[in-house]
Amino acid sequence: MTEKQSMHIDPYEKNWIRLSIGLLVVFALAVTIAGFAMGIQVPSPEARVDPRTVADEGPWAEPGLRELAPGKYEAYVLAQTWQFTPREMTIPAGSEVTFYITSKDVQHGFKLQNTNINVMVIPGQVSKLSVKIDEPGRYDYICTEFCGLGHAAMFGTLIVE
Amino acid sequence: MLANYEVSQAEKKFIGLHLLFAVIAVSIGSLFGPLQALEHSGLDLYPYLQPIFKSYYQGLTIHGVLNALVFTTFFITGFLTLTTIYGLKRPLRYPKLNAVGFWMMVVGLVTAAIPILADEATVLYTFYPPMKAHWAFYLGLTLVVVGSWIEGYGMYFTYYAWRKENPGVRTPLTTFGGLITMVMWQIATLGVAAEILTMLLPWSLGLIEGTDPQLARTYFWFTGHPLVYFWLLPAYVSWYGMLPKQAGGKLFSDSLARFAFWLFLLLSVPLGFHHQYVDPGVPAGWKFLHAILTYSVFIPSMLTAFTVVASLEYAGRKRGGKGLLGWIRALPWGDPIVAAQLLAGILFFFGGIGGITNASYNVNLVVHNTAWVPGHFHLTVASAVTLSFMGISYWLVPYLTGKKLAVSNKFALAQVWTWFVGMMIFSNAMHVVGLLGAPRRTPLGLAPYIPEEWSGHLLRVGIGGTIMFFGMYMYVYIVAKTAWSKKAEPANVEVPLAESVQDPQDTPEWLDKWVPWLIGTVALLLVAYGPQLIDQISNISLTSPGFKVW
Repeated sequence: MTEKQSMHIDPYEKNWIRLSIGLLVVFALAVTIAGFAMGIQVPSPEARVDPRTVADEGPWAEPGLRELAPGKYEAYVLAQTWQFTPREMTIPAGSEVTFYITSKDVQHGFKLQNTNINVMVIPGQVSKLSVKIDEPGRYDYICTEFCGLGHAAMFGTLIVE
Repeated sequence: MLANYEVSQAEKKFIGLHLLFAVIAVSIGSLFGPLQALEHSGLDLYPYLQPIFKSYYQGLTIHGVLNALVFTTFFITGFLTLTTIYGLKRPLRYPKLNAVGFWMMVVGLVTAAIPILADEATVLYTFYPPMKAHWAFYLGLTLVVVGSWIEGYGMYFTYYAWRKENPGVRTPLTTFGGLITMVMWQIATLGVAAEILTMLLPWSLGLIEGTDPQLARTYFWFTGHPLVYFWLLPAYVSWYGMLPKQAGGKLFSDSLARFAFWLFLLLSVPLGFHHQYVDPGVPAGWKFLHAILTYSVFIPSMLTAFTVVASLEYAGRKRGGKGLLGWIRALPWGDPIVAAQLLAGILFFFGGIGGITNASYNVNLVVHNTAWVPGHFHLTVASAVTLSFMGISYWLVPYLTGKKLAVSNKFALAQVWTWFVGMMIFSNAMHVVGLLGAPRRTPLGLAPYIPEEWSGHLLRVGIGGTIMFFGMYMYVYIVAKTAWSKKAEPANVEVPLAESVQDPQDTPEWLDKWVPWLIGTVALLLVAYGPQLIDQISNISLTSPGFKVW
């Protein structure tokens, strides 16, 4: 390499690169703290199921809300074209719900409006996410993945009293 | 290098054919854009199209496949064929090989289009199984991808021949950027090739009973994110290698431009899990790793922003622009070729901010699969890329046909601004309703859970989409009129290659050597994807039978 051949970087550009890296470090710290210290997490593998039989036996044969302890619930939700079962659930304000969702046919989405619950529902997989809701109201859970002609009408409601 | 090399009429015709198919694709695909946008505003025209087009979703499939996959791939392979041979000043090493690749893409396009038009492949452009399309759809897509690979091989052979004739000479920048784009594409598309060839094609032919939808998504997004860089990098070839000259200046830094392209090769692929943050079957740790890798691909984007803006400032000041921002006004805004690329850059600034948001791991929980996402990628593929391609067309079509643009400068400028204004309105409204919770890919007029308060934003979706519709067909009109006019004025257009402030020969040699960067790319890919791919493939369960749900 001759002396002339070097990667010339303008001083302004050096500062620009430093600024870019600094910004990214701040963003990375923010999502890390939110994810690992404050518990705002994305889903991880929970279980595999057989989509051909999942609606016939096991917890998704009778989907619904189960109370584990006062203020603590688990909700087994079955997605299929073009409905969620159950269509409606009611919990008291301030309780924590853990959702276990799977599909017996195609891919669906499950987004609980105005919360951080937003997850893909994939046949063969179990989607698990938890949420604690303090504010009473009606929270719709809507299908967010194209699942066929009736997709737009696919939703249910979580009533927080 | 042949001193007196000129691109031959046959080569121009070959490149022009790519453009022809690209423009036909986008002119059909864009018919459906306003139908979707107006549906969001409460005016659903699909019922009136019933005899021909069966549903919103069939329209959306046509819109996505033709615009995002076909228009881009044909335009890019044509444009990069030109940057290869014009930059290297030599003809294609094996023109027949490139011709085979091109016609394979055409056959693939037709093969996939038939089931789509027959409503036998209404699976959108992500074609997630177990939604099952007709086998011809998967076969057609495969042929388009393999055809683009073959055209890429033709470019490599041409480069290799040039390299042997010109040892030690720096590869011309536009050629260099084009070659990196094609190499990255060939690595990236291995994912979708594995998905179709090992699962979807045999399944649609009835050879296997079921698919593994989670593994299919992992394969798909291995290709799906770098796909956006495959669209974007050719626009960068123009922004780095041509726009500085078109704006009246020089490229600010040749070496940093090359460095950015290498970083895109290195970092474009190993980050696909950021599309799968909310997939149940991928461990959170791997998603987090891909989040960090996605942040790192922000660095070459920021390098590009600096170098392109610095080159424009150089041009603006040379044209007499004074003061902190006066150089911006001094740029040749009256030239539609330049205006298109400047406006594309402005829209991409917002697209970049949205992209960082999407990539931010748990922040994605707020926006995943909402209208925010199409709002975002209309700022990238439909703005940074498409608006740049429109600008490129305004010299490329005259260059290829030898005829001046058949419309006034004002009309071409109006086209560019129309697209820009429509996109600003449309994409802003899509981002807003997405944040409020509107799902993407959904005819919201039929959704019972949409609150009345969103109607103002949804009206803006329709207004923006309608303005863009006019912007697109002004473009199609300009290109078609120029190509077909018999008595247009002859044009004497040259390919606008920008000089660099620094002599490219002074760029360090390690920025013009393939092997170390290719090894690094493969190594990073193995680290970022290897363990998860092994895990998901070894635990494959083909238990999902197919469904036709449209």
